[in-house]
Amino acid sequence: MSATTFAIENVPRSNEMTSAKLWRAYLTETKYECLRALRAPAFAIPFLLLPIVLYVLFGVFLAGSMSHGDATVAKIMFVNWSVFGVMGPGMFGFGMFVAMEREQGLLTLKRALPAPPGGYLLSKMIMATLFSAIVMSTLVAAAAAIGHPGLSFGQYLGIAVLDMLGSLPFGAVGLFIGTRASAKAAPAFANLAYLPFMHLGGLFYPLPRSVQPLEFISPAFYLDKLGLRLVGAPSLDQLAIAAGGPSSHVSSAAQVAVLAAVTLICTTLAIRRLARVG
Amino acid sequence: MNADCLAELSDVSKRFGKLVALDGLNLEVRPAELLAVLGPNGAGKSTAISLMLGLRQADSGSVRLFGQPPQNIASRRQIGVMMQDVTLAPELRVREQIDLVASYYPDALTAEDAMRMTRTLPLARRPYGKLSNGQKRQVQFAMAVVGRPKLLFLDEPTVGLDLPSREMMWAMLRELIREGSSIVLTTHYLEEAEALADRVVVLAKGRTIAAGTVNELRSLVGRKRITCTTSLTAEVIAAWPEVQTVCRDRGRLHITASNADTVVKRLAIADGDFQDLEVHNAGLAEAFTELTQADTTQTELTQTDLTQEVAS
Repeated sequence: MSATTFAIENVPRSNEMTSAKLWRAYLTETKYECLRALRAPAFAIPFLLLPIVLYVLFGVFLAGSMSHGDATVAKIMFVNWSVFGVMGPGMFGFGMFVAMEREQGLLTLKRALPAPPGGYLLSKMIMATLFSAIVMSTLVAAAAAIGHPGLSFGQYLGIAVLDMLGSLPFGAVGLFIGTRASAKAAPAFANLAYLPFMHLGGLFYPLPRSVQPLEFISPAFYLDKLGLRLVGAPSLDQLAIAAGGPSSHVSSAAQVAVLAAVTLICTTLAIRRLARVG
Repeated sequence: MNADCLAELSDVSKRFGKLVALDGLNLEVRPAELLAVLGPNGAGKSTAISLMLGLRQADSGSVRLFGQPPQNIASRRQIGVMMQDVTLAPELRVREQIDLVASYYPDALTAEDAMRMTRTLPLARRPYGKLSNGQKRQVQFAMAVVGRPKLLFLDEPTVGLDLPSREMMWAMLRELIREGSSIVLTTHYLEEAEALADRVVVLAKGRTIAAGTVNELRSLVGRKRITCTTSLTAEVIAAWPEVQTVCRDRGRLHITASNADTVVKRLAIADGDFQDLEVHNAGLAEAFTELTQADTTQTELTQTDLTQEVAS
């Protein structure tokens, strides 16, 4: 090919993508979305390091020393910190990046270009799931090495898969925020959802009776309950009930349904907004 | 719908609240032409382009891109886009940015070929966020051409480029046209439109106020540019009825006049020693200024008439 020609004419062209080329477009979009997130230190470092550091400090050493190495407490800590670990990449990965890219015109450019349908959101979803997988692998390694929750390989795998899927509703909430907030406001709004979700999810302490009705608004609450059931451990609420405190009961099917509904509703609203306004 | 048109707006109107952005606009892009869309700020250029790209919906009228609604992805696989206000992912390298856009097209160039042709190969491994503004424009241009589009939309492509880079981009645009591509160019650099455009459309208040070749537009206005060295002051010359503008630049006077012959005669009478006389047809810049000013005056007159009619 000559260095001075753009080869615009005299080359047979089709306007249709073969399925192989369409697959390549989705894969390329996903590859570069993951690369850019991994190369963004302000995003990658906190969300990859914070869960493992906090789990080891509070879930392993502090809780282990307070419970004198109780295996049930070790299970609860592993499951709860796993939920914490997958919340961030979804909510902030979508919330901040989408808001920023909307404001900076990148989304408009992608809408003008023949980017594959849904590729933008799909690549972000896979990026958030990949981050969750990295977080989960560090947590599983730390738990097996020093946490000693006494889980089988299948239970470790089950929690990892559950929480990777469980990052999706948080991603959907982040996406919803990212399609509505400005780039400057998005982190604040994401925190406004992230912090209550985390604390109302009952991840760190049993909730007092007066606050307990609010735990139902947190997707973290439902994801945590599913994880605890998988490893056969009680929740912090249930531990507290043994000591005279309150507890909430929701069936597993209802927990899955709520997480799916949050994902579906937030994603649908966000897609409609993106298609209409960009 | 004209079958030869690559993109077409037919009697298109678009409002944003009470603001009329486009008012029954007709615009067509023909094969192998560079169409410059000019107009003052708020004239409707960006709205017109965003409709052709399918980024907005028209309130009324018809918008077609390769005979299809622009939302049709098969139509958009035949276009390349270079936008002005866009920030690409700073973490990705130049080659990666171009490779990503290439993956959207069925028969794209490779990223390496696109970089070679747009002289951006030396930047291939640099993170996009570390480039200068001019380099970013060159990379965006490479992204616009990598899909081998039949139609390119370029919004202020040479903003931030130094002179050699600008001339290089002009040469590449001419090459693209020679090879059969069409280009829609929006620019504030009128000399750019003058140097490149086969056809110029001037918009004001969402309507076309003039359209034609650069020469046709120049001839729409009767102005000429006169340059000379004279001892007369700019104030004296500005008082002559045929003179529109006068300015002094390094000892030479630059005069725009509706009747150059009369002004030259007056110069000869008032200063028999005037020197270095040059008389040129008005450029696109003068034509653009006169056309858009005339449109403003026309609108103001119409509004005055309407007010008077209502008052009476």
